[in-house]
Amino acid sequence: MRSIVDGQSRVIVQGITGNEGRFHAEAMLRFGTKVVAGVTPGKGGQEVYGVPVYNTVAEAVAQDGANTSIVLVPARFAAGAVNEAIEAGLRTVVVITELIPQRDTIGFISRAEKKGTIIVGPNTPGIINVPERTKVGIMPSHVFKPGCVGIASRSGTLAYEIAWHITDAGLGQSTCVGIGGDPVVGLDFIKLLDMFREDEQTKGVVLVGEVGGKAEELAAQYIIETKYPKPVVAYIAGRSAPPEKRMGHAGAIVMGNVGTAQSKVEALEAAGVPVADKPSDIARLLRI
Amino acid sequence: MKLFEFEAKDILRNYGIAAPRGRVASSPDEVETVAREIGKPVVLKSQVLVSGRGKAGGILFADDPDEARKVASRLIGSTIKGASVGSLLVEEKLDICRQFYASVTIDRQARRYIVLLSTSGGVDIEEIAQATPEKILREWVDPEQGFSQRSAEGMLHRLGEIEEADIGRLAAVAANLYQAALDYDAELVELNPAVKTATGEFMAADARMIIDDNALFRHPEFEGRKSYRAEDTPREAEARRDGLSYVELDGDIGIIGNGAGLVMATMDLVHHFGGRPANFLDIGGGARTELIKKGLLLVMAKPEVRAVLVNILGGITRCDVVAEGLVEGLAESAVRKPIAVRLMGTNEAEGMAILRRAGLNIYPDMETAAREVLKL
Repeated sequence: MRSIVDGQSRVIVQGITGNEGRFHAEAMLRFGTKVVAGVTPGKGGQEVYGVPVYNTVAEAVAQDGANTSIVLVPARFAAGAVNEAIEAGLRTVVVITELIPQRDTIGFISRAEKKGTIIVGPNTPGIINVPERTKVGIMPSHVFKPGCVGIASRSGTLAYEIAWHITDAGLGQSTCVGIGGDPVVGLDFIKLLDMFREDEQTKGVVLVGEVGGKAEELAAQYIIETKYPKPVVAYIAGRSAPPEKRMGHAGAIVMGNVGTAQSKVEALEAAGVPVADKPSDIARLLRI
Repeated sequence: MKLFEFEAKDILRNYGIAAPRGRVASSPDEVETVAREIGKPVVLKSQVLVSGRGKAGGILFADDPDEARKVASRLIGSTIKGASVGSLLVEEKLDICRQFYASVTIDRQARRYIVLLSTSGGVDIEEIAQATPEKILREWVDPEQGFSQRSAEGMLHRLGEIEEADIGRLAAVAANLYQAALDYDAELVELNPAVKTATGEFMAADARMIIDDNALFRHPEFEGRKSYRAEDTPREAEARRDGLSYVELDGDIGIIGNGAGLVMATMDLVHHFGGRPANFLDIGGGARTELIKKGLLLVMAKPEVRAVLVNILGGITRCDVVAEGLVEGLAESAVRKPIAVRLMGTNEAEGMAILRRAGLNIYPDMETAAREVLKL
């Protein structure tokens, strides 16, 4: 999807010299992503899998024309890294790091909005543009196949499960985006639906939601208001989750009567979006 | 992490938000002593982390120290909405002139802190929102601008039913509340009610505070509570100590998986096929053998568990490592319960071979596994 990640994306890995940074830099390179640089303060001058490492994002932008970043630095340093990427004028910053304090997230999302930077995550598996062989994320590439289905998911492994079912059904994916499992995330379902509408590679959209918050209800409202032109199918995880308990993701918690699976299913169905009972039903429900 | 009322009030006092005179006590003797120090009728408030404790009989009054002692011996050790009462906050009974509501919380959709103020204090905010939505003021805070006393005064003027002299006092409370929320990385700080007493003082009659778990590294003062939460069940507390994301449920099928969404979907499938999950357990990404072993032992040790369903979709998690952890866990477990496993992804073949050698039940996909585990 051109508006976030495509074959032209020039990607830097913030935290490339750490274990995770190395591992995923290599996996992204192998998939075909143009990883042009890595950034780790104090480690400038090194190389990781032939990729130059700089001390600052600004250097990576000046030297290699970076426009996209994937952040793989520990939670307590993440806000500093994201803010640096925003200041350096990057277009998209994908924040993989989990356990970032919400106060920090609120701060960098506010800055990003003012600067026009797209924040994906935090606590996301990232983005994979399958036809253009560009992955800015940590997902296993083998479950994906080039195709026409756009996926937007609040969860990682569940998105892979669903992607695999779509691959198995012979459809394949255009772009798969993890919006993140935190209560506060940058890019949300609505902005993604907006992008998928304009994306020529995408013929239908799968929303993978879960209990907690109102993101699915708001997406349903948006689908009604905009008479959304492409078919959308949803799956909601956590129908059997108890209230007032965090189900692994910081954002997956039913508070009072807000965030129940029932409310999400009802809102989506009222918007004409079929909600699958099981992950394996999704491909069949997509009428494309 | 939820704080007890007395902890929240202690924090807020440092921000200039007054609370009634009193302190926490954990025995009837101590309660009597505190009541004597106060020298007036007192309120005895159970320190539990459930909402609605007042209606459940967890807040009682006493006119003198002797009565306080008697009431305390009934309350301490009792159970309020499933939570056992270990201590009471003993406070002077207030002569309340007017009640307000004030809170600072995070609006997920707006991606900002939101300040809520209302003249309808003392009742549940959701009820106020239903009955008299016009009595709730909301302000979303731009993090770079912050929230000052002036911002709060602006809000209260919009409401227009508060005396001018009181606006400044209440606005100061709201601005201080915002500062406390930021400094303590709170997901919620709530005064319900904040009250004006007959003598014209503004104070927090009740206070709730929830700290963002992700920010605990910035708050070493809570270090001792990191691994123990009053709201945890004993098994949840054990899991937290081991670094496992575990939630206790009331069914009989143990659930283990990697990734919160996938584990929830696995629970939902078991439910869909007529079973009842006994727990949620997410081993996370890239888990090692030791953690998987601990997870399996934890799930199997629960007496209600009849069979266990393991659903792994390996990306950074390696299927062979998971298989080894399961086999080791089984070898160490005091009880033997049937296990259904679905493994897919990184090093799947190696993982399957390990499971086959150990004679475990393997299924090709999560739906089949969820259906079949009910028959084991």
